[in-house]
Amino acid sequence: MIPTTNRSASTALTPEAIAESIAADETVASEPVALYALGLGDDALVLAHRLGEWITHAPELEEDVALGNIGLDLLGHARSLLTYAGSAWGTSEDDLAYFRGESEFRNRQLFEQPNGDFAHTIARQLFASVYFDGLYRALRRSTDPTLAAIAAKATKEVDYHLDHSVQWLLRLGLGTEESHRRMQRGLDAMWPFVGELFRAETGLPEGGVAHVPLDVTDGGTLGGVVVDLEPLRSAFDEIVPRLITDAGLTVPTVPFARGGGREGRHTEALGPMLAEMQVLARAHPGVTW
Amino acid sequence: MVTPTARAAATETGGVRDADDDPQGDGRRRFEELLASESRVEPTDWMPAAYRKTLIRQISQHAHSEIIGMQPEGNWITRAPSLKRKAILMAKVQDEAGHGLYLYSAAQTLGIDREEMFDQLITGRAKYSSIFNYTTPTWADMGSIGWLVDGAAICNQVPLCRASYGPYGRAMVRICKEESFHQRQGFEILLALMNGTEEQRAMAQESVNRWYAPALMMFGPPDADSPNSQQSMAWNIKRFSNDELRQRFVDMLVPQAEILGVTLPDPAIRWNEERGHYDFGDLDWTEFSEVLAGRGPANAVRVSRRRTAHENGAWVREAARAYADKQATASAASRASAAPEKIAS
Repeated sequence: MIPTTNRSASTALTPEAIAESIAADETVASEPVALYALGLGDDALVLAHRLGEWITHAPELEEDVALGNIGLDLLGHARSLLTYAGSAWGTSEDDLAYFRGESEFRNRQLFEQPNGDFAHTIARQLFASVYFDGLYRALRRSTDPTLAAIAAKATKEVDYHLDHSVQWLLRLGLGTEESHRRMQRGLDAMWPFVGELFRAETGLPEGGVAHVPLDVTDGGTLGGVVVDLEPLRSAFDEIVPRLITDAGLTVPTVPFARGGGREGRHTEALGPMLAEMQVLARAHPGVTW
Repeated sequence: MVTPTARAAATETGGVRDADDDPQGDGRRRFEELLASESRVEPTDWMPAAYRKTLIRQISQHAHSEIIGMQPEGNWITRAPSLKRKAILMAKVQDEAGHGLYLYSAAQTLGIDREEMFDQLITGRAKYSSIFNYTTPTWADMGSIGWLVDGAAICNQVPLCRASYGPYGRAMVRICKEESFHQRQGFEILLALMNGTEEQRAMAQESVNRWYAPALMMFGPPDADSPNSQQSMAWNIKRFSNDELRQRFVDMLVPQAEILGVTLPDPAIRWNEERGHYDFGDLDWTEFSEVLAGRGPANAVRVSRRRTAHENGAWVREAARAYADKQATASAASRASAAPEKIAS
């Protein structure tokens, strides 16, 4: 799955290893690949932060642990992706996370949506996990060895995240009248942001990257770096409505929002989140923690 | 350390009430043998009622402390100043939730429900370590909690790995491994600050100034004022006295503070050649009593945060129960309808 000729690929499993490889001039992302990694890294970082907000507030201790676990996995993906992205510009993961403004964040808008109640969080996580699952499975076959290695690790973790969301979707959808009503509201609230998930990457230089088509067998690499999202959309449309109806719920019919996260357009939720996330780092620029 | 007379006196306390379920005294003899041979008492063994009660109190308080202890550090998850620190902090707070769950399970082997223990916590009837009623106004507090609070916890807990009650001792083995990792992480946070800018160094020193004395008080009141200690030592639950452990902790801290370059806020600290230990000053036990009595900086907030989370999550837990019941009914029904076919085949 990972080409063995490239050293960086085999060591690209942790952000520290990627940083070392960059420092040794063994790994450097081209501008378009870096922009692509930055978008994916922001998706993971922003959602990880939201999940971190749950810790000590969850409905039961087991969920403090579970949501924290998922958040930690995503934070790991974010750190690897941002570290790799930074290799194009000589910036670190922390420069990118803490010293960019709201309009420079490229995450799709679903991930920045506030936690709401537990059902809102589960709805957001369900859509996110289906998206990540398809994305990382395909990205394992990227010809970019660093992206492929990050994706290979992420795929295993996202598999668990998806299972967690599906189990809760069923429990809440089929549990009590109240949980059913709340789960439906959560789905309706998050649905407008589904459309943007599968919109083609923007802002990447023309012809800078080739796409990875989905219909290749596992293990093969084609000439592509980034994932073609159109087939992922079809997979989402096949899986998610079935999951929703299996849980006795209704597939939302609310229209999709305009989106634009990849171009730095965000909902009102992101600004305050970043203000909190960045406050201490910005009070002491340039220091080591 | 514990005289045979003391041990006999100690076991007597609970034994009177337990005579009913141990009429021949076989259970008691076996219990005594286990203690004398430094062996583990297991959940199915006979044990004096007071031993059971002491353990339930101690283990549940320990579990509550882990759960409440998530909050002062959880306070900085959203503001951690680097992604690496954010990841470490999230993992640490999760470990604490895991310790809490693990300890609740150990207490359950003594015949108390987790729900009952948790209810005691969120209604303010249970105690937990007072240290978590202090607040964490600065990032350096993440370092001080790791280095000082987790450091004190380790001194307290390492001997508990040999506690006579099996499930507790085994839980502590696992917990201590993670705690020593946490202490090192806290030390590293302070070290990074002390190697940083003037502002960062000041942040670290100010934080150590606030946490030092409360951490020393985590070992409990001086031996002379600690009524439960003798009994627990006789039962091989507690292995060293409060003052012995406190001394051990100070002896460990002084050289580490030198490496960090922080000053421990006690001018009386000096090496005592004769004793082979560091001398240190008296602690302000009035403050300890104040915090213990509920007048600490965050007593009210800590319990109410957990209660609010629990109340807000009631509908989620109800849904999970309702769903599990429906699944059980459905699978029973499908078994019932499948049964005749099996017989027929």
